[in-house]
Amino acid sequence: MRRRNFLKQSALTTAGTMLIPHFLKAFELNQLGAVPVSSKKLVIIQLSGGNDGLNTVVPFRNDIYYRERPTLAIAREKVLAVNDEIGLNPALESLKSLYDDGLVTIINNVGYPNPDRSHFRSMDIWQTASDAGQYWQTGWIGRYLDANCAGSTSCQPHRAIEVDDTLSLALKGANVNGLAVLNPRKLVDQTRTAMTTELASVKPTQLPNDNVGYLYKTLAETVSSADYVYTKSKQSATRAIHATKGSYPASELGNRLKTVSELIQSGVSTSVYYVSIAGFDTHINQPGQQERLLRQYADAVKAFMDDMKATDRQNDVLLMTFSEFGRRVKQNASNGTDHGTANNVFLIGGGLPTGGPNRVFNEAPNLTNLDEGDLKYTVDFRNIYATLLRNWLKTDDVAILGRQFEPLSIV
Amino acid sequence: MKITKQQSIQHLFWRAGFGATPALIQRERHRPIKKIVRDLLHDKNPFLPLTAGENKPFADRKALRSMVRDGMMNRTLLKEKIRQDTEHIRDLNVRWVETMASGRDVLREKMALFWHGHFACRVRNPDAIQQYLNTIRQHALGKFSDLLMAVSKEPAMLQFLNNQQNRKNAPNENFAREVMELFTLGRDNYTENDIKDAARAFTGWGFDAEGGFLFRKNQHDDGPKTIFGQTGNFSGEDVIRLLLEKKQTARFVTGKIYRFLVDDQTADANTNARIDLLANRFYTSGYDIADLLESILTADWFYNPAHIGTRIKSPVELLAGMQHMLNITFEQKQSILFIQRTLGQVLLYPPSVAGWPGGRNWIDSSSLLFRMQLPNVLLQAGQVSVRQKEDGDVNTEGLVRRGNGTLNATVSWTPFEEAFAKVSTDKLPDVLAEYLLQQPLGQTQRTLVMQHTRPDSTHSEQIRSLTAAIMSLPEYQLC
Repeated sequence: MRRRNFLKQSALTTAGTMLIPHFLKAFELNQLGAVPVSSKKLVIIQLSGGNDGLNTVVPFRNDIYYRERPTLAIAREKVLAVNDEIGLNPALESLKSLYDDGLVTIINNVGYPNPDRSHFRSMDIWQTASDAGQYWQTGWIGRYLDANCAGSTSCQPHRAIEVDDTLSLALKGANVNGLAVLNPRKLVDQTRTAMTTELASVKPTQLPNDNVGYLYKTLAETVSSADYVYTKSKQSATRAIHATKGSYPASELGNRLKTVSELIQSGVSTSVYYVSIAGFDTHINQPGQQERLLRQYADAVKAFMDDMKATDRQNDVLLMTFSEFGRRVKQNASNGTDHGTANNVFLIGGGLPTGGPNRVFNEAPNLTNLDEGDLKYTVDFRNIYATLLRNWLKTDDVAILGRQFEPLSIV
Repeated sequence: MKITKQQSIQHLFWRAGFGATPALIQRERHRPIKKIVRDLLHDKNPFLPLTAGENKPFADRKALRSMVRDGMMNRTLLKEKIRQDTEHIRDLNVRWVETMASGRDVLREKMALFWHGHFACRVRNPDAIQQYLNTIRQHALGKFSDLLMAVSKEPAMLQFLNNQQNRKNAPNENFAREVMELFTLGRDNYTENDIKDAARAFTGWGFDAEGGFLFRKNQHDDGPKTIFGQTGNFSGEDVIRLLLEKKQTARFVTGKIYRFLVDDQTADANTNARIDLLANRFYTSGYDIADLLESILTADWFYNPAHIGTRIKSPVELLAGMQHMLNITFEQKQSILFIQRTLGQVLLYPPSVAGWPGGRNWIDSSSLLFRMQLPNVLLQAGQVSVRQKEDGDVNTEGLVRRGNGTLNATVSWTPFEEAFAKVSTDKLPDVLAEYLLQQPLGQTQRTLVMQHTRPDSTHSEQIRSLTAAIMSLPEYQLC
């Protein structure tokens, strides 16, 4: 007997749903996309290229910082201080105002053992949550999707959405991949050609573990996810109450976060959103470029959080920002910085405990104890992932990360 | 189920190459498989190295930076040099794809693609990459022992796996570890101590400014080492020899080749027994790659229907396959990079030393939709609406400069159309599908494909639109 028939029949014969095992009921509801596992949303912003963490969160009382960066260091009086030791780059004014509202937590010295200084390698490590010496083929968000659809016959790519045209490794699972959507309308147009729609409804006769079956299954999931996301977002656009409230900066990140907001407002059952902004590889003439990017970042995030606040969602949405590595303490000869290691991570929103020492989670970087000129990490990024998975998304972090990482006392 | 000779030949050319044109199939269909395989192994065309750019001094990024610092080079020149380097690698990439699509010496290029994933390497120095590429192409069908030694001594590999920094007083284990884990034995077949002592044996292996291998004797640790239970004052060459003496190396490499050429999904006792037999032969032949390939490509089981049309084409196989089948030329080189990048496989830029994961990893919502749109874009001048992600590395940003929007391609239809000139209109969809697909054309799919032609169009127009439609099917993603 097929599961759904079984459910229907048992519902009829028992004249109610009382006797349906609880787990089956929940399972069926999840399959229909009716009830998301958790109403909490995680939004990840990736700063690609290796953002210079020391000029983002500036150790403005540290003489070594000023000595090693004679032309790059941010002048003490310009830093937007958050405590006696560190402060934000002046381009992060909008972020500072969120910080002052108690919405931002800064985690310093985040990294992993045996850091790799190659962009693509270190990014893979961050996206897969592997050790430096492991080469994993699935991302941590992809495995989150896998865990969510374990035992289910139809997995839902739209449970994790990357606002982009192509999908990052982070969102690739073993059994299900996330959905890349830059624009719901555009995606649905791609899937609504006569050919795609018809093919998506083809029931392959082959075994499900056959590659033909796999391609048709992926196509069907894509079409149904694209349709679901588009229909939801269109409905909410016509009901003016759910339209986004904020005015977003015209930058690419601004547009993408606006899309995230629209999707959240539309009520799609998506738990994780992934967005990236590139250009942080500042080997040459760093200041202008980094400031421009940081300003774009902070202004877009501020608009997004204001939007969340206006629609009373700021406690349900948690935003994490990371970069694949930080940069060398000492500046180079081209008024820039080279690839480094540990870096800071921002957690924003989510109703995190406000006030007190939690807003700057841990000690500032130690510039006297370096590893060949680079910062030593004190927080493994996977401890942050574990925290987000277990305490925020309420899921099995050990299964997803492959081993136990003690959650941090933040969320 | 019995398969036809045409299906066998297509299967052989998809697995041992990048597909076969109707003309080639018609020419080969009366020859025995054994002879065709022989020809594939011994192409009459001489081996030609691929080149791009002009030969320049072998300066690395660090040397250039210090030249800037010392005032020997200014920043504008440095920027220009970085741009030229990126273009050089891009040109090399394009030439390689075009060579694959040319149909010449295809088994060599197919195996070079395999070795590029096996000995995955990615550096910014275009001369080093070019030399590495030609080394794997040259030895692609030779002895694995020669290939392993040659690749291990390539400046690109020495740099990529940090052996330039592997010195007597400060050993760097990167190369020693990967040579065991990824190139020869596979995980769990060595100890950490084997790696530690092998790393000491490789100390002093480096390269000079001309791009040649350089043994720096004064940085070599010539003390006694214990590797795989044997003790001696081993050199790097000795470690390579010790690795080749282990049968596990033959088993590991054969298993990987089997999964690449035959079947990457089944891992049952039957398959294992088959791989063991092949591995024994590979080992006894002194690691003769051509001999191993001949055993595989002429085996009865290779043509078992269970192995036909079951592999997901990698992006490069898909691209080179379409180019070969329809003789496609791109107006701009960027288009070739654009397609690779959108689909997740850029030659000479593997994601890590472990190569591309492959198989189902190629497929997600966006890549599948793009694959299905690609024929329409290339053959019928459709629009591309994909924006690409920047990878963050300031040095590779220029790789796929703009060119977004349209992929201007020219198809020389005539030779392709000629093969179907005498096929009647009602038979066209089925006959075309036989040549283009390695999976049967289902009823629903046939009806859909038919909707793409108008009854009043010419025979030639029908061939074109049907071809584009058939290539858009999920079945076309398989070979």
